[in-house]
Amino acid sequence: MECGSPAPAFRRLRHTRMTFAIANPLALIAELTHRCPLHCVYCSNPLELEARNLELATEDWSRVFREASALGVLQVDFTGGEPLTRPDIFELIRAARASGLYVNLITSGLPLDESRLGALVSAGLDHFQLSFQGAREETANEISGTKAHAHKLRVLEWLKRHRLAVTLNFVIHRRNIEQLPEMLALAESSSATRVEFANVQYYGWAFANRDSLLPTRTQVTQSIDFLKEAQERLAGKIKIEYVVPDYYAKYPKPCMGGWARKLMLITPSGDALPCHAARVIPGLSFENVKRRSLREIWEVSDAFQKFRGEAWMQEPCKTCDRRALDFGGCRCQALLLTADAAATDPVCSLSPQRPKVDAILNAIVLVGAQPEACATEGPSITVGAAQRDRTDTSADDVCLPTTTESKPAWLYRPNPS
Amino acid sequence: MSIDLESHARLAPGCRMNEKTQQPRTLLMPERALRLNGPSLEIVERCDGQHTVQQIITELQQLYSKAEPAKVEQDILGYLALLQKERALDFEP
Repeated sequence: MECGSPAPAFRRLRHTRMTFAIANPLALIAELTHRCPLHCVYCSNPLELEARNLELATEDWSRVFREASALGVLQVDFTGGEPLTRPDIFELIRAARASGLYVNLITSGLPLDESRLGALVSAGLDHFQLSFQGAREETANEISGTKAHAHKLRVLEWLKRHRLAVTLNFVIHRRNIEQLPEMLALAESSSATRVEFANVQYYGWAFANRDSLLPTRTQVTQSIDFLKEAQERLAGKIKIEYVVPDYYAKYPKPCMGGWARKLMLITPSGDALPCHAARVIPGLSFENVKRRSLREIWEVSDAFQKFRGEAWMQEPCKTCDRRALDFGGCRCQALLLTADAAATDPVCSLSPQRPKVDAILNAIVLVGAQPEACATEGPSITVGAAQRDRTDTSADDVCLPTTTESKPAWLYRPNPS
Repeated sequence: MSIDLESHARLAPGCRMNEKTQQPRTLLMPERALRLNGPSLEIVERCDGQHTVQQIITELQQLYSKAEPAKVEQDILGYLALLQKERALDFEP
C-alpha cells in the first residue's frame, strides 16, 4: 500500500540509540491460517507451515486489530493460506472494521458459496481480491494442484451482484505469461476495478520450483508491451498493476516499502514478521503478539530493528543515491542468492553479485520443449500468434515453446496438520 | 477520459473515507490511502452520488471565493481526473 501524502506524526524512539524517527506502519498483513485447499507451486508461505492448533483465537486477533489501529495502521489484509477456512472469518471482519481498519480479503474463492459471499459483504468487507493461477483451466489446476479454476469463474459471476471492490490477482510465470490477453479478457468481463498481474518472485516454494517457473526475457518484454497498451485502453475503467520478476529488473524493488517502514505481518500463531519470508534469515528472533504489544514489537523488537534505516547497509548501497528509493531491495533475496542478508539485493545492476542472477537467467532450460511443434500446434499458441499479428515480431519470438513444455516435477505446497 | 459536468461523481466500490472521529481524514481505497485536507477533502466529501460535477465546482467556488473561479474549476477537474485514474470514482448519469 502506498500513501499519497507525507507521513504524519513522527515519534521519537526512546529505547534505542537510533537517531531517526520511526513512522507508524500503514498496513497489517494478517495470515489467519496456513491451511489452504490449494497447493500452489509458488506459494508465499514459508516452507515450514504452522499447524492449526497453534492458530490465534478470535479474541487475540481482535485485540491485534485494535492495537494496530491505535498504532496508525489503516488497512488489514486477511490472507493465509486460505483465510476463508477460518470459521470465525465474519467475526474477524466485523472486529477489524470496528477497530477502524479497511479490510482486504485475499482468497482463492474456493470455500465460498453465494450466501457466504453475501455474509462477507454484510460483515463489512471493503475489498475482495480473488487469486487466479491462469486463464485456462488446465494450467490453473496444474499450478494449484487442485481443481479450482471452474469454481473461481462461478465466484466472478456472484461478485457482479454486489457493490464491492474486486481485484483479480493473476500470478504470472513462464507457463501462463502468454495467457495475458485471455486473463485480461476475463477481467474485462467481470466486475473487477483492479487487476494485478504479479510475476512470481523467487523465495520459499517458488525458489524451490524456480527453474520451471522463470519466464524468458522475450516473454517478459512482450508482456510489458502488451500491458502498457491495455493500461492506456482501460484507464478509468480498470486499474492494471504489473509486477515484473525481480530477476529481470535493473534496480531492486523497495521490498515491503522498506524493512519495517510500512508493513507488519502476523503469522497464524501470532509471530510478528517484517516480511513474508523473514524466517529464512538466520539469527533473527521474532516476538509474538500474545506476549508483546504491537507497538513494542514495531518500535524496538530485534527483527524489526535489524534492517531498519541505513546503518546496516554495505557498499554499493551505503553511498548509493537510490538507497532511499529501494532501501537496498529484498533482504531475503540477498540471503538466498548471496548467503548474506545484509548484502545489496543481487538483482541490482550495481551489485557485484549481479552475475549470479544473470547466470540463472541464462540457464533457463525449457524442459522437454519441442520448438518445431510450435508451427503446427495452432490452438496451443493462440496468444503468441495474436501478438505476432499485431507486432510483427520475428518467428523466433513467436515460437516460445512454453506451451509444449512437459510437466515438470513440481514441489507442491502441502497442507499443514 | 473527459469528465461530463452533468454527471454525478460517486466514490467507487471499495473507496470510502475513514470515520469522522479518525484523524487525519483519509480516503481509503484498495491498496492505497490518501490523506485529505482543505480543498481535497471538500471535493471528496461531495463525491456522494448526489452532487453533479458542476455543483461541486459551484460550491467550491463559493467556499474559496477569493480564488479565481476558472482556476478553482480547473483544479477540481484535474483532481477528479486523478481520482478517476486511481479508479476511485464512478461518474453516473
